[in-house]
Parts: sequence; structure tokens; C-alpha cells
Amino acid sequence: MFALDTLTHRLKRGCETMAYPDGPPPALPDRHGGALRVDGARCTDGCGACIEVCPTDAITRPANQPIALDLGRCIFCHACISACGPAAITPTGDHRMAVRRREDLVLGAAGGEQLRLAAALDEKLRKLFGRSLRLRQVSAGGCNACEADTNVLGTIGWDLGRFGIQFVASPRHADGLLITGPVSRNMELALRKTWDAVPAPKIVIAVGACAIAGGPFVGRPEVRDGADAIVPVDLYIPGCPPHPLTILDGLLRLLGRLETGDRAPTPR
Amino acid sequence: MSSETSFALLANATSLPWAALPEWPAAEFVRATAAELDRGARLCAWFGVPGDAGTHLVAIIAFDADNTLAAARSAPFAGHYPSLTATHPQAHLFEREVWEQHGLVPDGHPWLKPVRRTDAAGTAPANGEFFRVDGREIHEVAVGPVHAGIIEPGHFRFQCAGEEVLHLEIALGYQHRGAETGLAGGPHRATLSQIETVAGDTTIGHATAYASVLEALAGTEAPLRAQWLRALALELERLANHTGDLGALANDVAFLPTSAACGKIRGDFLNLTALLCGNRFGRGLVRPGGCHHDLEPARATTMLERLRVAVADTEQAAGWLWDAASVRARFENTGPVFAPQATALGLVGPPARACGLVRDVRYDHPAGWYRLAQAPVAVWPGGDVYARARVRWLELQRSGQFLLEQLATPPDGPIFEALPAPACPEPVSRAPDTLAVALVEGWRGEICHVALTDSAGKFRRYKITDPSFHNWTGLALALRGQAISDFPLCNKSFNLSYCGHDL
Repeated sequence: MFALDTLTHRLKRGCETMAYPDGPPPALPDRHGGALRVDGARCTDGCGACIEVCPTDAITRPANQPIALDLGRCIFCHACISACGPAAITPTGDHRMAVRRREDLVLGAAGGEQLRLAAALDEKLRKLFGRSLRLRQVSAGGCNACEADTNVLGTIGWDLGRFGIQFVASPRHADGLLITGPVSRNMELALRKTWDAVPAPKIVIAVGACAIAGGPFVGRPEVRDGADAIVPVDLYIPGCPPHPLTILDGLLRLLGRLETGDRAPTPR
Repeated sequence: MSSETSFALLANATSLPWAALPEWPAAEFVRATAAELDRGARLCAWFGVPGDAGTHLVAIIAFDADNTLAAARSAPFAGHYPSLTATHPQAHLFEREVWEQHGLVPDGHPWLKPVRRTDAAGTAPANGEFFRVDGREIHEVAVGPVHAGIIEPGHFRFQCAGEEVLHLEIALGYQHRGAETGLAGGPHRATLSQIETVAGDTTIGHATAYASVLEALAGTEAPLRAQWLRALALELERLANHTGDLGALANDVAFLPTSAACGKIRGDFLNLTALLCGNRFGRGLVRPGGCHHDLEPARATTMLERLRVAVADTEQAAGWLWDAASVRARFENTGPVFAPQATALGLVGPPARACGLVRDVRYDHPAGWYRLAQAPVAVWPGGDVYARARVRWLELQRSGQFLLEQLATPPDGPIFEALPAPACPEPVSRAPDTLAVALVEGWRGEICHVALTDSAGKFRRYKITDPSFHNWTGLALALRGQAISDFPLCNKSFNLSYCGHDL
């Protein structure tokens, strides 16, 4: 008797949607590490150990300056953390990583050791999208990991619908695009057409290292090294892939539903 | 039978010198390969190796019943050769790929067109002409590349008479990132992370194949405990994806209890992989020479406890699915592929096993930990959506049981040993002019990686065959004679990789 079984099951389990953002966020896995902190001041003279091990060339060191780590290019493999003697690069365990401006992802300079988190949309857009945001998802060379961890926000544990955010089946129904993948050349036309088909005003969210900067495929002639080569991006969410909590944090931050820097309850 | 073959034999996850491969003129090479396939061998990979005097064709075949692989090559040539596809359809996509990459023309190929090449404008794949059915009542339906959900892109072209699909042609290539071509001259610094994202939902599968290839080239293998960890991670990957698939299938027939439950349980399995290595998809766990993270006793205990709960939850959610007559009515006889078709097309993984074919790398060509511990092969007859769902359910149960048993009896020892450097012109840990092959049974089926090194031990050619490359045509066949409204259901029952195909 599946009807009875399923009802009993549901009653027994109760509500399985997490309390966040009204309650505390779920913990990241202990080996995840979260966002990175880069203390360029700790770099020893002439050292470039982290630069040599980075698979995506996310770290640079201009002459006589401390290192700069581009969290947009970073795939969080932690090779640099292991290679760094003076502990200039350290995991913070913080799931919050989304930023509004590309340059805000570059860490290392004095005062810029940690991320400056995304500011909300301006008041006009917030009024339009704050309580109802419809997104069209475009995978443009994505490996199905960013896609999967975006999809998971729709499951009962996360229940994205409670924030008025929904993924829709047509660009005509959308307020913006959520893009994953490095933008393969073979998806360039399809991405442009989808963008053109979304009515203005519209926003773009780039999810994952690929969509921000090309990820593991950065520099390959077959890809365009990220979404902002094709369309203007309003929110960057780093990770490979970003944890679902990081994506959710970015979306809510953009809509002004989280206070900057703290965890004030979301107005319902 | 492998005992009569003129091909060079090798076991899974081993290597042999390039010079040891028998070489024939192209026409004879195609005839020899056809003869082996007629004797029951299966085509794992077929690719070109360019050189100064032309391009070699290379065939990697599997004698499943004999638990052995075999390899051979053609003499270098340019221009035309007699198509293998004309007599053995399982070669059809391989021959298109070789034509696209090296310009070798298979005479007699019935449908020679691009696989993933970019068009003249440089912003979309060159799809070529689509097959068309003529008639006043016939209409054409075009879907994609961008799809209605959060899914990868691909284009589907249906020829329909009313609701009935007469023919489906699948045009891919939108996800092409140069994942394979970029490996020539490697390995590079980015290679491992590129391999991990060949198909991002199969990170462990592809990374294990890659690590095995490098270990074979170094003439060594990973420590036992690392092999154990890889097997755990591979089965966790299978559990997560199969659970997600059962949920997606339930969703497509509007059976929401299982759909809702499986969506959550899938995450529970992904979180177990994250418990092991910090990443829900297993990024950064497997590397050549072993593994990067260990499962200490306390962590293993946590994993065992959480695994028990997740496995029990899956059992309950799947139970509702099988109990519901409405689900059975929608699954049964929908999207059938028949066993002779599956054999002819060379299907692998759950779609092949759902046609009753006993075909599983873990059983046929065991490597790594699977030489020491095995789960029974999950087979179901019928070839329809129901059979493909049933195979997934059997594998969920068996992988769950496998993990519970393996977690209770961990081997001791290190988890990583740097690859030794054999005598080479350069101090690299890869033998020169050597071919290595590794098969891994990923959750979608057989993953095949082949590396050929040059005289310096660098990759002269690296060939990746994702199981989806074998199986996409199976989906096209499954749609014949079906209602077009059943496409989403049939598609979910295969759940193939776009990026794994497009590379």
C-alpha cells in the first residue's frame, strides 16, 4: 500500500527543508575548506612555489609585490596551500564567496586578503526581482557538476521556491540567465540567442570556475574562458563546483535577502 | 576467442610496447578487426595516431568472456579505407570521429558527418544534414541545444507521424572543450583537473582510469589501500547517480514521493564523498600513484553509519516506485532496445545490462580492488525503461552492500607512492613508445582511456571513450515507434553525458 506508506513516511520525517537562512547554515564538509584567505604580506622574497603548482594559473606575482590569487580561476584543489611554507594561503571554512565585480575575486594585497562579498542589486531591480526571480539556466560546456549542484537547490532539503526563485523552461519567461561552463565556442551562438531572448531588464549569474574564467580549460582554443566574454555578468559564484550553500548564499545576497557580513534573519 | 586472435593481448590497466602491436595495411586491418568482432569481441576504442608517413588506425577490443583486451594497428596511410561500420555498426561514431580528426575516409559508411567540429562561423557545431522522412503527414520536431531544465546542451531532431516518432537523430558537440586534444604532449599541470571534469558527475571513474594508465606506464600500481579507497569512491558515485536517476524517472511519470525522496538521498550520498575528500563530486581524491585523502577509522565509522541510513532510505523510496501500478504501466514496454541491437551497437553499462547482456568491467576485466572484491553483475531482460530502472535498483542494492562490507574490512598501508621513474631519456615516470589501456566501470558503463607515449615518455596520443559515446545511438533506437511525449522518460532512463561525448 504505497499511498499509506508514503503518507506515514512523510508524517514521520516531518519538514525536511533546512532552517537556513532563518537558522544556522549547514556545516561545510571539514575537508572542503571554503573560501581562501591570502596574506600576501607573508610571502617570502622571490618565492613562487604556489604559482608552479596551480593547475589553472590562478596565482600571479608581479615583480616586488606579494602574490595575487584569483578566486575566480581557482578550482580549490589546495595544491597551493600544501606548497606554501609561510602559510600565506589558508582555508577560511566560510561558504560565502559570491561577488558582484570580477576584480573583487583577486585576493592578496594589503586590505584585500579576504573576499568582499556581493552587494545587493540596486533598488529598482530589487523591487522587480527581490521576491520573484525567474532564471533560465544555460550550460555552455559545463561538466554537469555545477549543473547538478544548482539543480539540488530545487530539492526538498533546500527548497529554492520558498525564496521566490525558480528555473524556467523558456528565456521569454526569465528575468535572467544562470550560466555554467567555460562557454565552449560551440555554445557561443546558443548562449547569445538565449540572452537576446530574455526581456530586459535582465541579470546574469556565472556559477563555477569555468563560467567565471574557463576553469580547468582556461586558455584552450575551444572555449571562451568564461561567460563575461559573451554577456555582462552581475554575480560571480566561485567553486569547482560551488557548494549548493555557496550558490544559495550568492542568490540571496544578490536579492538583498541576507545582510552583508552577518546572518540576520531573512524577512519573509 | 582470444586464443585464436592475431591481435596483441593485454590485461586491463596494463601496457605493452607500441612495437608489439601487429600492423597490417588498412584494408586488412579492418578485415582482421571485423573477424575478431564476429568472434565475439567488442570494440572499446578506435582512433587515429598521426605520424610523418600518415595516420595509424588503432583498435582496442575486449574479449569479455576471456577477461582479456587486445590491440592492433594499421600501417600509416592517408585517404580512403573500407568502412568497418558497414558490417559492424558499433564502429559508426568512431569512424566519424576519425574522419573528422584525421581525414581518413571510411568508404561505405552509411552516415558520415561531423561529431563535434565547429562550423565555419566558429560559434556552433557543424551539424551537417539531418536525416529526413518525407511524406505529407510527416512533421519534424527540433529540440535544443538549450533545454528546458538544468541540463547540458544537445540537439534532438525527431521525424514524426502524429505523435509517433519514426526516427530520432541526436546531434551533439556543443560541449566540446578540447578535453582530449589538449592532452597531446602531456601530461600538463592542468591535465588531472581536466580529466576530473571530462564528465563531472563521473570524476572518480575518469580520474581512476587516468591514474591507472599512468601507473601502467610506470610499470607499477597504486598501494592496496588506495585501490580500496578508489573502489569506495567509485561505488559512492554509482549510488548517488543511480539514486538521482530513479528520482528523475519517478518525476517524469509524475510519481512525486520517490522523486522528492531520491532528490534528497542523492545529496546524502554526495555528502559521503565529500566526507572522504571535501568535494561532493570527488575532486582531488584520486591521483596517479594513489589517493590524496585517507579514511581514518573515525571517519570510516561516520561513513558507515550515514551510509546505512541512506541505503535504508533508498530502499523505502524505491519500494514505493515498484509498488505503484501507475509507474509500472508507464515504464513497461516504453523505449525498448532489443538484445541483438544492443550487441550490434556495442552498448555498455546499465542500458546493455537491461537487455540481458552480462557486460560489466568490474566482472569481465577486474582491475584494482575489484580483483579482490566483487559485486554480482546486475542484469534484467526486456530492454525497456522498466528494465533500465530495475538494473539501476539492483546496482544500488549491490553497491550499497559492497560498501558496507568493504568499510568493515579496510586494508592497511600507505595511500600514496610516487610513481617510480623507469629508464627514460628524460627523468619521467612513463615508459617511452608504450601503449597503456585502462577500463573502469563507471556508473554509466565502460570508461576507456588509452595512452600512447612518444620516445620521451610524453603523451603522443591520449584517447578517452566515455560510455555515453557507445550509448547515445541506443537512445535514438529506443525512441523508434514511441510517442514523442515519452522522450523525456526514455532520455532519463539512459541519462547519458553530453560533455563526456563531446570531450
